[in-house]
Amino acid sequence: MNKFFTTGLGAAVASVLPAIASAQDTVGLDQRINDVFAGSTGWFVNLIFAPLPFEIAGSSFPWIVLWLVVGATVFTFYFGFIQLKAFGHAISLVKGDYSDPEDAGEVSHFQALATALSGTVGLGNIAGVAVAVGIGGPGATFWMILAGLLGMASKFTECTLGVKYRNEYPDGTVSGGPMYYMTKGFKERGLPLGGFLAVVFSIFTIGGALGGGNMFQANQAHAQISGIVGDFPGWITGIVFALVVFAVIVGGIKSIAQVTEKVVPFMGILYVAAALVILIVEYDKIGWAFGQIFDGAFTGLGVAGGFVGALIQGFKRAAFSNEAGVGSAAIAHSAVRTKEPVTEGVVSLLEPFIDTVVICTMTALVITISGVLLVDPTTGNFVLNEAGTSIQTIDGSSGVQLTSAAFATGFSWFPYVLAVAVVLFAFSTMISWSYYGLKAWTYLVGEGKTKEIVFKVIFCLFIIVGAAANLGSVIDFSDAMIFAMAVVNITALYFLMPIVKREMNSYFARLKSGELKKFVD
Amino acid sequence: MTTSTIVVGLDGGEAGNRALAFATTQAKLIGDCTLKIVYVIEWSPFSFQTPEENAERHKRREEELSMARERIIEPAVKAATDMGLPVDGVVKHGDVADILDDIAKKNKALQIVVGRVGLRGLKERMFGGVTGRLAIGSSVPVTIIP
Repeated sequence: MNKFFTTGLGAAVASVLPAIASAQDTVGLDQRINDVFAGSTGWFVNLIFAPLPFEIAGSSFPWIVLWLVVGATVFTFYFGFIQLKAFGHAISLVKGDYSDPEDAGEVSHFQALATALSGTVGLGNIAGVAVAVGIGGPGATFWMILAGLLGMASKFTECTLGVKYRNEYPDGTVSGGPMYYMTKGFKERGLPLGGFLAVVFSIFTIGGALGGGNMFQANQAHAQISGIVGDFPGWITGIVFALVVFAVIVGGIKSIAQVTEKVVPFMGILYVAAALVILIVEYDKIGWAFGQIFDGAFTGLGVAGGFVGALIQGFKRAAFSNEAGVGSAAIAHSAVRTKEPVTEGVVSLLEPFIDTVVICTMTALVITISGVLLVDPTTGNFVLNEAGTSIQTIDGSSGVQLTSAAFATGFSWFPYVLAVAVVLFAFSTMISWSYYGLKAWTYLVGEGKTKEIVFKVIFCLFIIVGAAANLGSVIDFSDAMIFAMAVVNITALYFLMPIVKREMNSYFARLKSGELKKFVD
Repeated sequence: MTTSTIVVGLDGGEAGNRALAFATTQAKLIGDCTLKIVYVIEWSPFSFQTPEENAERHKRREEELSMARERIIEPAVKAATDMGLPVDGVVKHGDVADILDDIAKKNKALQIVVGRVGLRGLKERMFGGVTGRLAIGSSVPVTIIP
C-alpha cells in the first residue's frame, strides 16, 4: 500500500507531506468537513493505528503492523516456506511454460501479475522507503526485506483462495476476491459468519478505494505537479484526472488505460535501471552500504529507538507497500485463466518480492550510498535532527524529495522523471482501486450496469475532492479502512488456510508425478 | 484425408483474399490437397491490461473468436468449398507468424501462402511485418502474394 504511506501515523505524515499541506490552504468548507469527519471517525482511525499497550525500547508499535507481520509469519511456516520452494516454479508459470496454447487469448499469469503489480508499485516504493530509512536508518532496509519475504506467503494464501472461489458468470466475466472466499469458503467448511465478514470487508474496501486508492493519489499527484510547474489550484488537477479516469472506467476508452499500463511498467524498469546505474558507478560503496544495513538492523547506528526503531520502520513500510494480507491482490489475481488456483497463488508471491525486496531495496540502497543521510565522522553514527526523531539529511528533505535528492546525485535530471512516474503511478493505482471498489460495491448492491455507473461516477467525483482539498482526516480514515480490510481478510485466511494447504499438496504432488506437464520445452 | 496441405493466412482484407485465390489455384493443380485457412487474432500473453479488461477477457475472447469465424473464415471456407476443395478453417489468438508456422509444421504442409500488406508504420519497418518474419523464420516454404 505504498501509496498510503502517510497512514495517519503522526510523525511520518508531518515529515513527508509538507508540500501537500502548503499546496492546499483551502480553509472554510474544507476545514468544516475535516472537523466533522475527524469528530465522527477519529475513534476508528485511532483504533486501527493504536499502539501496542507497551513500548519497545521507547518506541510505540502499531498493533496493525504486528497483525500483518504475524499473519505473514504464520502462513510462511504453515505452508512450509512456500515462497522459497515455489519461487522457480512461479517464474516458469509467468513465462507461460505451463499455459495451454489452446487457452491463448485468455488472461495469462503474466497479465494477472502485471495488473496486480501496477496497483501496488507506486509511491510507497519511492517515498515510503525514504521515510523508513530517514527515521529508522539503513537498518530498516533489513527488516523491510524480511517482512517482504514473509508477505509473499500471505499473498500466496489470499490469491489461491481468490481464484478458487471466484464467481464465473454465464456471460464469461469473472468476479473474485475476499468477499467470495469468505462466503463460499466458510460455507464449505461449515463455519458461521462468512457472509458477515464479506459485508464488513466490502464496506472497508469501498472506503479504502475512495480514500487511499483515490483521494490520496490525486492529492499526491497534484503536489508533484505543482512542485514542478508552480502552485495552482488543486481542483484543476482534480478535474483533469477525473475526466481521464472517467473516460477510462465509464467511457471505456481503452487506449488511455493501455498507454498507462504500458508506460507504468516502463517507469518501474527505468527506476530500477537508474538505481542500478548509480549502484554500479558507486560500486565501491556497496559493501559499506550492506554493512550499514546489517549493522543498523541490530544496533540502530544511533537512530531514534535504536534497532527496534529500525525494525518497526522496516516492517511498517513493507507491510504498507506490498498490501500482502490486505486482500486487494486477491481481487486483481482472480481473473486469470487456470484450472489450478494454486498456480495463481504461486505467481502472486512474486509480487511482494518485486515490490518490496527488489524495488524498495533499490531505493534504500541509493539513499544510503548517495550520502544524503548525514553521518558523524567521529562516531560513525547518524546525526539526528534537533527533535531526535529522524536522521538529518543534506538539504533537510524527507519522503519523496529525499529519494529525489538521492537520485539527483547520480542524474541531475532524475527528479523530472520521478515526478512523471509519481503522476502515472497515481493514475494506475486509481484505475486498479476503482475496480477493487467496484467489486466490493457490486457485492453489496448487486451487479448491474446502472449500479456500476453510480459507483464509477462517485469515484470520479472523489478525485476532484481529493486533489482540491486538504482533507487530512478523510485520508486518515480511508487509510485506516485499508488496514481494516487486512483485519477482516487475515482473520478469514486463518480459517481457510487448511483448504489452501490441501490444494497446494495436491498440486505439487501432481506436478512431481509428471501429471501436470509443461507445454513448452 | 488428403495427402497434402496448404496453409493460407487471412488478414480479413484484400491481401488475404489474394492469398486465398492463389492457394485455391495451387490446390486444384495439385489435386489431392486440403486448404487450411487460418485467421490469427494478434494477442500477446505479455501485454498489460487493466483489472476490468482482465475480468472481461474470457467474454471478449469468445466474441473475437465468433466474429472472426463469422466474418472472415466462414465466407472463405464457403468460397473454397464451392470450388470443390477440402477445407478447414482455424481461428487462433497469438503471434501471426508463429501460429501460421506452427500449424504448417503440425499438418506437414507443403507451403504457407500469405498476402503482402504494404509496409505501414514504424512497427512494420522495425520488425519487417508478418510476411518478412515468416520468410525468415518459417520451417516450410512460404509464398508471398504481392
